[in-house]
Amino acid sequence: MGNHSNSNWWIWKVFWILLIVTAIEVALGIIKPPFMMEVYFGTKLINHIFIILTLIKAAYIVMEFMHLGQEKKGLKLVILLPALILIPYMLFILLTEGLYASIMI
Amino acid sequence: MSEHKENTPKAWSGGDKPFNASYGKLMMWFFLITDALTFSGFLAAYGWSRFKYPEIWPNPEDVFSHFPFLEGDHPLLFVALMTFILIMSSVTMVLAVNYGHKMQKNKVILWLSLTIVGGSIFLLSQAWEWGHFIHGDKGGIDTKTESVVHLAKDNELSSIYDMMGVDSYDGNEYEFTVNQIITSLEENPEYHIRKANREFLTNEQSINYLNENATEVILGANLTRNEYGHRLFADYFYFITGFHGFHVFSGVILLIIILINVIKGTYERRGHYEMVEKVGLYWHFVDLVWVFVFTFFYLV
Repeated sequence: MGNHSNSNWWIWKVFWILLIVTAIEVALGIIKPPFMMEVYFGTKLINHIFIILTLIKAAYIVMEFMHLGQEKKGLKLVILLPALILIPYMLFILLTEGLYASIMI
Repeated sequence: MSEHKENTPKAWSGGDKPFNASYGKLMMWFFLITDALTFSGFLAAYGWSRFKYPEIWPNPEDVFSHFPFLEGDHPLLFVALMTFILIMSSVTMVLAVNYGHKMQKNKVILWLSLTIVGGSIFLLSQAWEWGHFIHGDKGGIDTKTESVVHLAKDNELSSIYDMMGVDSYDGNEYEFTVNQIITSLEENPEYHIRKANREFLTNEQSINYLNENATEVILGANLTRNEYGHRLFADYFYFITGFHGFHVFSGVILLIIILINVIKGTYERRGHYEMVEKVGLYWHFVDLVWVFVFTFFYLV
């Protein structure tokens, strides 16, 4: 990640990474390879791949474009921990525990 | 923020910097955390609804399949372009922040202006997409079972306009009744019904099905009914992309305000361009949210 203040090349590096990952997502979304349409762990393999690619893009935006990578460790934890704990918890509550709603209604 | 008041180095007044980040930057981060949780609440609710109706939830590629000036179906292409525009405007924003650190006023003006242009193009694209979504293009038929069925031709999704032999964009407001659709199905045996669970009926089955179940023909989309399928689909579309679009809009306004300040030399006199950096954080966050909306609304 290096020293950011003196040059611009890292910006274009991140740009190409974001662009290529997006291009892969769009290509997969259009082609829909048949072997990726099998269901593993509650959803299709292709959806797991989309989610992983999205998290990679998110990490580059937050760490590089928002400079969180260069902040003090305490600030990194203050910002990342609430999101990393609360969001998966909410997803678990809604998507796993919330499914009984379809039985009730 | 007021660095010049160094005679009062109180914590939180900007003299002391907890975490080595200024008060303003810290507060921007805290706001962004809460905003991130809000958006994840929306997207989690979308996921919940989608898992509740897995069989009849609309396919995004059947809904968002248009590209300006191109005929036919091009799923994902337009939204990929919108994503590209937003990533590009994030890059120009980083460049503006970077030249702000180096106190190069003219380059900050250049890259900030380009960021505003990118944000505005994104907003216009979103308006175009909303326009298409509201107008609709294939039409649907509402049924007593609360799921919307669509017309198909030779086991491929088709449109009501095609079967009725009219162009949906010729400027007329069309309305069809269920009886008109049934009559037309009897005259055009190559057309039939695709049910909400993507099951195809034969022409004969389709006519019987509509006679028994059809309630009305839906053209276009609003908050209470939409031609694409379950009503929650359009509700979430308007709510999530609308809330994100509102963030982009506020971001463009903020960018214009700081651009005026940069041109006036406010930050030059202040001795630093931290305000550009803080608005930059907000702008990147808008891009970050779009990355997730793109995945969960259009791809998955």
